[in-house]
Amino acid sequence: MSSDLFDGQFPIVVEGLKNEFGPHVIHENLDLQVRRGEILGVVGGSGTGKSVLMRSIIGLQQPSEGRIEVLGHQMGEPREPGEVDVRSRWGVLFQGGALFSTLTVAENIEVPLKEFHPEIGPELRREIAEYKVRLSGLPPEAADKYPSELSGGMKKRAGLARALALDPELLFLDEPTAGLDPIGAAAFDALTDELQDTLGHTVFLITHDLDTLYEICDRVAVLADRQVIAVGTIPELLALDHPWIQEYFNGPRGRAAKASQQRAKAMDKLAKAGE
Amino acid sequence: MREWADFTIESEADGAQVVALAGPLIVSSVGELDQRLRGLAGPVARIDLAGVGAIDTVGAWIVSRLADEFGATVSGASKEARRLIAAVREKPQDEETGAADEQLSPLTGLLVRAGEFTMGYVHGVLELLGFLGALLIAAARALRHPSRIRWISLVRQIELVGVGALPIVGLMSFLIGIVIAQQGAVQLRQFGAEIYTVNLTGRLSFRELGILMTAIMFAGRSGSSFAAQIGTMKLTEEVDAMRTIGVSPMEALVLPRVMASVLIMPLLGFYSAVLAIIGGAFISMFALEIPFFTFLTRIQEVVPRHDLWVGLIKGPVFGLIVALAGCYQGMRVHGNSEEVGLKTTVAVVQAIFAVIVLDAFFAVFFTEVGWG
Repeated sequence: MSSDLFDGQFPIVVEGLKNEFGPHVIHENLDLQVRRGEILGVVGGSGTGKSVLMRSIIGLQQPSEGRIEVLGHQMGEPREPGEVDVRSRWGVLFQGGALFSTLTVAENIEVPLKEFHPEIGPELRREIAEYKVRLSGLPPEAADKYPSELSGGMKKRAGLARALALDPELLFLDEPTAGLDPIGAAAFDALTDELQDTLGHTVFLITHDLDTLYEICDRVAVLADRQVIAVGTIPELLALDHPWIQEYFNGPRGRAAKASQQRAKAMDKLAKAGE
Repeated sequence: MREWADFTIESEADGAQVVALAGPLIVSSVGELDQRLRGLAGPVARIDLAGVGAIDTVGAWIVSRLADEFGATVSGASKEARRLIAAVREKPQDEETGAADEQLSPLTGLLVRAGEFTMGYVHGVLELLGFLGALLIAAARALRHPSRIRWISLVRQIELVGVGALPIVGLMSFLIGIVIAQQGAVQLRQFGAEIYTVNLTGRLSFRELGILMTAIMFAGRSGSSFAAQIGTMKLTEEVDAMRTIGVSPMEALVLPRVMASVLIMPLLGFYSAVLAIIGGAFISMFALEIPFFTFLTRIQEVVPRHDLWVGLIKGPVFGLIVALAGCYQGMRVHGNSEEVGLKTTVAVVQAIFAVIVLDAFFAVFFTEVGWG
């Protein structure tokens, strides 16, 4: 029944969002629309409220003003009878993985399955968990390990496997490559991209990693001055004359990431020409 | 309304069986289908997906598992379905990597468990000895260089475990004093000896109950907090961070807590005994009609001085035991949050048990040395 899936153009719509902690205003009159099937990168300096924005969208943070619509569902309002719980239609990867430390990786993946689909038998649940473990690029024996026995990179992959447990239409990733080595980070980027190609979900990705932005993001949203000041592809953003954007993408790190992307493209061309 | 996935079995002209799947093959609709497909007896030649609507990786997994099980072909798959089934199959399936647990005979299993238990016990003893050794080294170092003692931390702990405990220990002792005096008076009256209620309350409070009840309260209140706090610090790698900076956790975490407990326990025990006697004196006004201050004067006459010493000597020992159990169990936490709860429980249970056992030894010992 494909009508169950969201078929509008914008799975996430944020309008006039305001978030404040006491006298401290984080967001004011913030608007954002995420297109279906895209990988949207969200960037911004420390303290501009990237994580707060994500927490508002997934309902962990009650905004003081504004409207948030996720997959056609108005957040903060009760479900209509018969409507599928919107929480079963997204997956979230938290910064530290946020795996349940008393459960094995496979059991962690089974938690959302048990919660939302108790009718699924234990064998199938276990098979799904094992499959998601492989899908996220972990070795099969990792399924029966506890989070404390995994390295930082493996914890992120296990967290991703749990986020993917229900084949979500929306995937939220909070700094997925932070703390990974460059090879691990590149592999994680490739995995995110490949999964998006295969499963066709929409990705909301918070990152500081310029390589990630250049490699896999379709569009980038820039958070500054309590708002989303611009959304677009990187060339579009560079055409804007905002000092923070210019410094972000044209700083030494930004230039290095761009150069590496251009080198990769040139190599691709050479390889194609040689065939 | 939720739509469930379903299947029908058809036979083709050549007798081959075809499983025709219908409905959405997604995680929210296949639960029941999967149960029924598992009971399916082959052979199946072909799986028809023409009637399938939406499909996700879980649906694709079920189709590919079924196809592999019976060596069936898949037909009528949409583009979406073909892509997902290919993706599910693409990742190689390493079967039997983690070979199933060997089956042990009951006898061997018993021996294995007994061996593991014994070795665990031996390791536990060694670990405890190691902890005590490290603590002694830290204490010796602190004695030689008093500047190494963390005075601020020590004073903070004294405030937390000592001053903070005054209200609850006071109330508890006052009530216990009332109970002893009142019950004592009722029983002793049968022999016309109710005046001995004063002896009973005074001696019991100083020798036994003051310090024992305080130690039990201390274990529940402070021993548990030591274990939980140090355990959480272990989990968040704060203890490791200390070590790498060159700060010894023994010196910074364990020693101030142990010192604070050893110093504060005799004081708390004495305070508790005094409050119990006040409670006794209070109830005696009504139960025995002994005036309040007469009761207190009488206490001075009937309680020998060594009773005070018995309580004061036991105090530091009990404080040491409770603090050691708390800090040691806290340092043993590793892995996950469940451990914190587990080790905190162990710390409190061990501390209370050890305190009561030692108290029995002390009782016999002091009687033997003539402080009966």
